[in-house]
Parts: sequence; C-alpha cells; structure tokens
Amino acid sequence: MFLIRNLKYKDILDIKKLTIESGNIICLFGASGSGKSTLLKMFNVMLTPDEGEINYKDTAITALDPVQLRKEVVMLGQDPIVFEGTVRDNLLIGLRFSGKNEVEDQQLISLMKKLHLNKELEEDASNLSGGEQQRLAFGRVVLMDATVYLMDEPTSALDQDTETAVMDYFTEFIKKNEKTAIMVTHSKEIADRYSDRMIYMDEILTKAGESYE
Amino acid sequence: MNEMLEITIWQLVSAYIFIVILLAVVRWRKISREKEIVIATLRMTIQLVLVGYVLIYIFEHEKMIYSLIVLVIMETFAVYNIYKRSKQKLSKDLKKIIAISMFSGTLLAFIYFDFIVVQFSPWYDPRYFIPIAGMLIGNSMTGITLGVSALIEGFTSRKKEVEAALMLGATPNKASQGIVNHAFDAAILPTINSMVGMGGIVFLPGMMTGGVILSGAGPLEAIKYQIAIMLGITGSVSLSVILFLFLGYKTFFNKYAQLKW
Repeated sequence: MFLIRNLKYKDILDIKKLTIESGNIICLFGASGSGKSTLLKMFNVMLTPDEGEINYKDTAITALDPVQLRKEVVMLGQDPIVFEGTVRDNLLIGLRFSGKNEVEDQQLISLMKKLHLNKELEEDASNLSGGEQQRLAFGRVVLMDATVYLMDEPTSALDQDTETAVMDYFTEFIKKNEKTAIMVTHSKEIADRYSDRMIYMDEILTKAGESYE
Repeated sequence: MNEMLEITIWQLVSAYIFIVILLAVVRWRKISREKEIVIATLRMTIQLVLVGYVLIYIFEHEKMIYSLIVLVIMETFAVYNIYKRSKQKLSKDLKKIIAISMFSGTLLAFIYFDFIVVQFSPWYDPRYFIPIAGMLIGNSMTGITLGVSALIEGFTSRKKEVEAALMLGATPNKASQGIVNHAFDAAILPTINSMVGMGGIVFLPGMMTGGVILSGAGPLEAIKYQIAIMLGITGSVSLSVILFLFLGYKTFFNKYAQLKW
C-alpha cells in the first residue's frame, strides 16, 4: 500500500526502503524524538520529504491531490483538537470538512458508548476533560470511513481501562472493515498487544553504512 | 450659507495656543514629550501647506493626468502605510496581495461611485475626485491593516486547528474559514460602527460640515453627499478587504495544501 524509497527529511529521517501492506495494524515504535510523528505525517502529505519518494497504491504521493488523498488517508494528530461547538458538531466536523455524508445521531451515540464517552451530543465540547477530548477527536476520525487511519499517540491521555476499551473497539473496527491503521505509540504494551506488525524506528533509520530492507 | 467663513492668518496662529497648552501640561506633569509634540506640529503644518499649494495648482489646472497622478500617489502611500503599520512580518506573497486588493478594491468602488452614483463632470474634476478617492482609499487602508493583523494572528493562534482540519481532508479554504470570517469581521467592524453606532451621533454633524464645504451647498445637499460617501466607503472597504482575505489566506499554504507557518 505504501512504499518508501531513499527518503530523507532534515536530519530526522533517512529511510532506504520501507513497505507497508494493507489490512494491518502497524505500530511505529521508538523513543521520543526518533521521528515517528514526522514519518506518520509523510503518509498523507502533511509533510513532504526533502529527498526520495513515497508511493501510495503505486502512485507517487506528491503526484496525488493532497486533499483527496487525506480523505482516504485520514489522520489524528498528537494533540486532540476541539473545534468550537457541541459534541455533535465536533464528531461530524470531519465529514463536513471533507464533504462526506453526515451520520445519524443514533450512530454517534453508539460510537460514544464504545469509546466510554458519557456525554450529551448537545454539550459544549470545550467543557470536556483532556481524556474526553482525546476520545472525541478519536471518534471524529473513526467516523470518516477512510481507507487508512494514521493515529499519533491516540490514547496517551487515557487511563488503562479506557485505553483498553478504546483500542479493543478500534482494532475490531479495522479488522472487520478491512481498513489499515498506522499508529504511533511509545507504549510497548499497546504495540505488543494490538499490532500485526511493529516497526522500530531505530531499525529503519539508516545509520552510517547500513541499510534496511 | 454658500460662503465659507475665512480664517485670517492671525486667527490661524491663535489656534496654535492649543499646542502651547499641551506643551505646558506635558512639562508640568514631567512627561518628556515636548520634542515629539513640536516636531509633529511642525510636520503637520508643513505637510498641509505643501499639500495646499499642490491642490491649488491642480484645482486651477484641471487636467485628467494630475488627478490620476494624485490617485496613484495616494494608493501607493496607502499600501506602504499598511506594510509599515503591520506589527507582524509580512511574506512577499502577502505584500503582493495587499497591493493588488488595495488598488483593485478601491478603484472598482471609486469608478462605480464616480461614473454611476455621483457622475462627476468631468469625471476627473479634482474638487470631487481627490477628496472622495482619498476617503475611500484611507478607509480601505484601515480595513486592510486590521484584516492583515487578524489574519496573521488567526493563523498563528489557530495553527493546530487548521492542521487538524487538513488532516481530515479539508481544503485550505474550508480549514481557514473560521479565521477568514473572523478577520473580515475585525476589518469591517469600524466601518459598520461609524455608520450605525452611537459614534454616528457624535461624528455625523462633523462630517456634515465637511460635506457642506465639499459641495458648497445647504445641509440637505450635504446629507445626500454624506450618505453617498458613507455607502461608497462601505463598498470600497468591503470590496478591498474581501479581495485581500480571499486571496491572502492562500499565501499561508503551499502546493501540497500544507501550512507554511
């Protein structure tokens, strides 16, 4: 699904080759500052490499319309962002942004239940706590019905029980709908438990004289 | 009513008493601003006297080319003034957009005002052409200045929000809609306020006097002019601010629909 060749970005990334297959949950794992988030942003052109290329379904990613690509390859950033408005507005805003069809309240309520988010749809989203905001942003991305989900530390603000519930739901959702997820985490436990494949940043980054295939 | 009261040179000199009072207060309160006040007063006097002589010449030699030269000079000064007054650093592209929207916004509004609303005769009659163009340009300059600062401030403080929207497949246009709307509001508000706000009660009689002088006619005629000018100003400010914002937000994105900032 993705093929990276000779990618260089500042002095953060230097990757000879990396392939990512569809229909998997892939975890990017590594210490902070190892370039996980930077690499994740390359997959939907939120950043572009200085050198080298990234192909998505056999086409160079820079040749694709970035807006169209992001509708297919959606991303949840590291900091959960809450937009002005209610919980409902915040859940639906991704669909509104990308011009996709909005969903019924019933579907929103059932999603919130799965994410352990016990809030009213009418509630002002700015009143939510940090963990609740993270799940709100998570739900908004899941609703997008994309092909690939890029998730940057999606559960960093959650307690363990909630994290397990959210991740259980997400994994099932990805498998059932045959989607692909690329997830950044620095929790080894999460990576071990949920991923089909782990990519260690220090293994894919080229050190002097080495190459990784 | 048609004759204006003449101010003799001695009467004019006596008006400088206000500056003397200001200087006395400043010295008494030990606010060290005497030098600035004196310089500002001198500058204002010299500038206005010079402008006066230039206008006398232009009014006496009614020529299309003179009116147009004054127009271009006013536009150019307005654009540089916006660059200078902006506290944030402006990108080259944004500067270009400021100049384009300032020139085209004010000119379109002015051409409509000149040829359709008031129909100056001849169309370059400096007595109408220069002051009215000046009012449209001056107000649009203020509008764009406010718009520039609100737009940059918006992209700075709401950067993450814009990025989150892009990550969800929003076009740059949709991702910056909130910022652009807010900037439009901030830029246009002073103009709206001067039309409908309580300030109108204070300013209107003052502007009417200006109108009377401008038209050399009675209050009713002056009010008609005043209404036309207020609407013209609103049109010019809206047009140039809209042009600026709709072209300007694009300069914050690159060809990959990524934020440049």
